[in-house]
Amino acid sequence: MSNDKNVKPADQAEEQEYSLNDDRRVRVLSPGALIAKRFFRNRLAVVGLVILVAMFVFSFIGGLVSPYGQDQTFSTTTQLNTQYAGITETSSLRYNAAPGAEFGALVQSSANTAINSGATSFERNGVSYTIESPASDLYVISSGGQVVAYASTNVVSVPSGSQALPFDFQIAAITAISNASATEDTGADAPEVTEDGTVVVEEGGDAAADAADAQAAGNTFTVDGQTYSFDDSGNVMDASGTIVAMVSPFVISASDGNTAIPDDLRTALLTAIEVDASEVDYTAADGSEHTYTITYDAYSRVYNVTETTSNMVYDRYASPSPEHWLGTDGNGMDMLTRLMYGGRVSLIIGFIVVFIAAGLGVIMGGISGYFGGWVDNLIMRIVDIFYCLPSMPIIIILGSAMDAMRLDPWVRMIYLMLILGFLSWPSIARLVRGQILSLREQEFMLATEATGISVPHRIIRHLIPNVMPQLIVSCTMSLGSTIIMEATLSFLGLGVKFPFASWGNIISDVNNAFVMTNYWFIWIPAGICLMLAVLGFNFVGDGLRDAFDPKMNR
Amino acid sequence: MRTYIVKRIGISVIILLCVTFIIYGLMRALPQSYVETMAMQLSQAPGAKSFDEWMAQLNAQYGLDLPMPIGYVTWLGDFLTGNFGDSWKFNVPVITEFANTIGISFAMGGIAFVLSTVIAVPLGILAATHQYSKSDYIISALALAGISLPTFFFATLLKLIFSVGLGWFDLYGLMGRDFAQLDAVGQVLDMINHMIMPVVTLTVIQIGSLMRYTRTNMLEVLNADYIRTARTKGLPESKVIYKHAFRNTLIPLVTVIGGSLPGLFSGALITETLFMIPGTGYTSYQAMTGGDIPYTMFFLTFIAIITLLSNLLTDILYAVVDPRVRIS
Repeated sequence: MSNDKNVKPADQAEEQEYSLNDDRRVRVLSPGALIAKRFFRNRLAVVGLVILVAMFVFSFIGGLVSPYGQDQTFSTTTQLNTQYAGITETSSLRYNAAPGAEFGALVQSSANTAINSGATSFERNGVSYTIESPASDLYVISSGGQVVAYASTNVVSVPSGSQALPFDFQIAAITAISNASATEDTGADAPEVTEDGTVVVEEGGDAAADAADAQAAGNTFTVDGQTYSFDDSGNVMDASGTIVAMVSPFVISASDGNTAIPDDLRTALLTAIEVDASEVDYTAADGSEHTYTITYDAYSRVYNVTETTSNMVYDRYASPSPEHWLGTDGNGMDMLTRLMYGGRVSLIIGFIVVFIAAGLGVIMGGISGYFGGWVDNLIMRIVDIFYCLPSMPIIIILGSAMDAMRLDPWVRMIYLMLILGFLSWPSIARLVRGQILSLREQEFMLATEATGISVPHRIIRHLIPNVMPQLIVSCTMSLGSTIIMEATLSFLGLGVKFPFASWGNIISDVNNAFVMTNYWFIWIPAGICLMLAVLGFNFVGDGLRDAFDPKMNR
Repeated sequence: MRTYIVKRIGISVIILLCVTFIIYGLMRALPQSYVETMAMQLSQAPGAKSFDEWMAQLNAQYGLDLPMPIGYVTWLGDFLTGNFGDSWKFNVPVITEFANTIGISFAMGGIAFVLSTVIAVPLGILAATHQYSKSDYIISALALAGISLPTFFFATLLKLIFSVGLGWFDLYGLMGRDFAQLDAVGQVLDMINHMIMPVVTLTVIQIGSLMRYTRTNMLEVLNADYIRTARTKGLPESKVIYKHAFRNTLIPLVTVIGGSLPGLFSGALITETLFMIPGTGYTSYQAMTGGDIPYTMFFLTFIAIITLLSNLLTDILYAVVDPRVRIS
């Protein structure tokens, strides 16, 4: 590759002023500039340099630009259906004994027989009972003129927090409501039923107005001189409109024993069942909105009420989106940000390891090459031992040892760098020694000796600079292999550990076959980054080798 | 020559002693060894002895109660007399486990080595003879890409494309689900089918460096004076390249072949682990992470011996093929 073609005509015109054998006609380049020129002429090297610059910008500046942190987790809401309550319709008679009265199961069965056969009295254990039916589905059983129990399919329940109701009140309420429902009235305003079958309840409805409505419709009864009104959902209100009891054939029990079902929700659910609505929207007293779904299980004859709640969960393996360009990983962290920080870790580890290896290698190789003799022999045997040590197995053993010690991830990372650096110095030492051995014999070294320059000065100022080209090439190439080594270890779970990201441990997610097949955005970008970075180092290293070695570049 | 070889062997033995001592020390220094895990398990059985008692008994049983140097000497004595001990993890004699696994590793490594040589050497020569041409750039870039490709990433890509996507191969293992029902030919075919992806991985990983090595050496040879002489004699270019240049390229290739010998025996640790091929690589990985001292010691010592032997062999072969080395 001669330079003649590249010389522009304009330059030639300028140079024609000099005579043919004038030195100034030859453009003299400094050695550095010459190397740079050769380097930039190599297309692969330039591509490698561009890749490297891009990777560095991505890793070191990208981390600053990214709006997210390395271990910032993201959450998302999911709709979760939880069983809230079960509603059972009472189809058989339920007996309630008066306070103090005995009305056991055997008597109940006799009463059942009597009621079913339409009898008005029966006898059990020598005691005679009479049955009255003041309303449909209500049977009042008395013995010796004393009411001992009643049987009904309606159940009287008290609002949460109230005291149990008097026995007389219960009978009166059931009587009134059963008779009223028989005449089919619609006095009080029931919860609103929307067209799609959703029942909407607003907290804090006008209770007094409801009571007034009920009274206007004649849905009242009187117990102990007090007048109570009721609506057609079976809510019994006193004069002030406060609900004192609920009468209904439906029994609601919360799935969770600790949950108290609010009265208005109860009303809403019962209304929903009556009108066959499947959904109930409910605004609780604290303003939170709930949605309940009612499904009827024909087998167990239970209306199941499930609450649809939205739960905050980690946004795991989210697909790429405008917020997360590469989605999120298994911990709900932004993948792109992890990738940037992972690059930072991988590159820094590569540099530190190579720095350690080069430092040790230059010192040992320099000493060995310069002094020769037994020192050289000793150091070279040490190098031989290191060459013979299977490094990958040793790193795996040490990695699992660090696993067993449960080292802090940060300390572990430092150890990892030291181990990798310590295991890779021998090749550099060998290279430096070889170079120095040949340089030592050259005249300029004889000159340094003659001028009385000290030994450290001779090594550092005159030998090392001559070794630099080879050293730089070797270091650049080993940067790539170190990064691969680190990534492989991290992939096996023996290198950089969570919470630190590294390209290797990002890819290690593929050990879960589901991630490998379904979430390409987790591991393919990390693999490509890793490959590009290593490729960049190798291209640049190769280009530098060619640039430094003029013999190769003919 | 003989004194040289004897001296080399002597040095090799010393190196081997140092290496095995280092490995033994490392294994002994592991903070939570296999023995501790086992003692923990045993002591948790109902009505078992305490952890400390089990520890003492197991340590005595495995010779771990001796001080490290004495333990090393004991181990060395056993090793030299052919008593390699029983593998703790696999519960069989070390040598049995090794014999069971070496075949598959050797076969895989051998196939991959032959494949990569057959592909890499001609391509390397092509790149060197057409330096700075388009094909040179493509081959150089591919070679560097092959070196830059992390094994685990490439293996995972292969799995995604050929196992998950196309369904041609199984993800893991050496034998299919219905291996036992197959006849002898079917079993062999099944194993071959399972070995395709690992062998491809190994080949692609090796090919890059071999290609570069061939190219560099070929270029060096092509720049030599005797090639210029051959050309000025008027020899056809093919004869110059294949008769004069290529033969001389083979000399440095001896180093590569010698250097890859240990790899054939040690198995591809990472590749086998990725594909869960029951070769020596995967087995030793399990042994190392499980703290199985007898197996690891045997395996690493074996590799060290093979490495030293192949170095020795390389040097001797070098002298055989290159008369210049013999003279100096």
